[in-house]
Amino acid sequence: MIAGISIYEILTVTSILFFIGVYGFLTRKNLISILMSIELILNASIINFVVINKYLYPDMLQGVVFSIFIIAVAAAETALAVAIIINLYRQIASVEVKDTEIMKY
Amino acid sequence: MERYIFYILAAIIIVSAIASVTSKKMLRSVIYLLFTLCGIAGIYFLIDYNFLAAIQLTVYAGGIIVLIIFSVVLIHHIEMELEVAKLSKKIITGLACAIGLGVFLTTIYSHQFNVVENFNSTTTEQIGLKLLSYEAGGFILPFEVISILLLASMIGAIVIAKGKKLTDKNESK
Repeated sequence: MIAGISIYEILTVTSILFFIGVYGFLTRKNLISILMSIELILNASIINFVVINKYLYPDMLQGVVFSIFIIAVAAAETALAVAIIINLYRQIASVEVKDTEIMKY
Repeated sequence: MERYIFYILAAIIIVSAIASVTSKKMLRSVIYLLFTLCGIAGIYFLIDYNFLAAIQLTVYAGGIIVLIIFSVVLIHHIEMELEVAKLSKKIITGLACAIGLGVFLTTIYSHQFNVVENFNSTTTEQIGLKLLSYEAGGFILPFEVISILLLASMIGAIVIAKGKKLTDKNESK
């Protein structure tokens, strides 16, 4: 744990980070920007895993191990999403949300 | 001392996250995201979990940001301006997020956490032993599942991004 910092302050920061991500997810119109907002949300949840493990159950390792798994899943998700976005750009020459309405040609 | 470092890191994280979701220029918004991720790595250093901080810096700041920058420069001009949402939609979304944040914070502050005073540091050795242990509470199965997932997503990304040549139908668009 961090000396002099209570768990409430860290959870406040991660909650604010989570809702900034939600705000970006809802207001952005571009697929890449939406992907970046998802990264913010995932990062907020990873900090929560680590902090709750470190503050409440310091003898366990579950939270800190699962944070590694979340990062791996996030990396796989980003690689796939970027591949899909590039393929989409080849097909319809746009990555705006309003232009992507057809699943398959 | 650690108190002030934490407040500085929190300010960096939140300010650059807000800048990242509101900036109109695409590339700038990616760079603000990079600052956010580095600030989060700083929090992991502060909480004495150096292994995750190193992972955060290499995978997120080194890998994912570079991937996003690649896709941005492949798809847009560097100076491209993003289309912004309508003001009414922004206000409604901001209001909804503020209400959600209020609910979260009241729940957090009304809950009594059983904080255990400790200054344990997590070493890489502990993490490695836990990841590869097949006894009760070990993580060997999720570890293998994640490796299969990474392989599958790598193959999938290659297959999807390779794609087909443009057909006549798409060229006429």
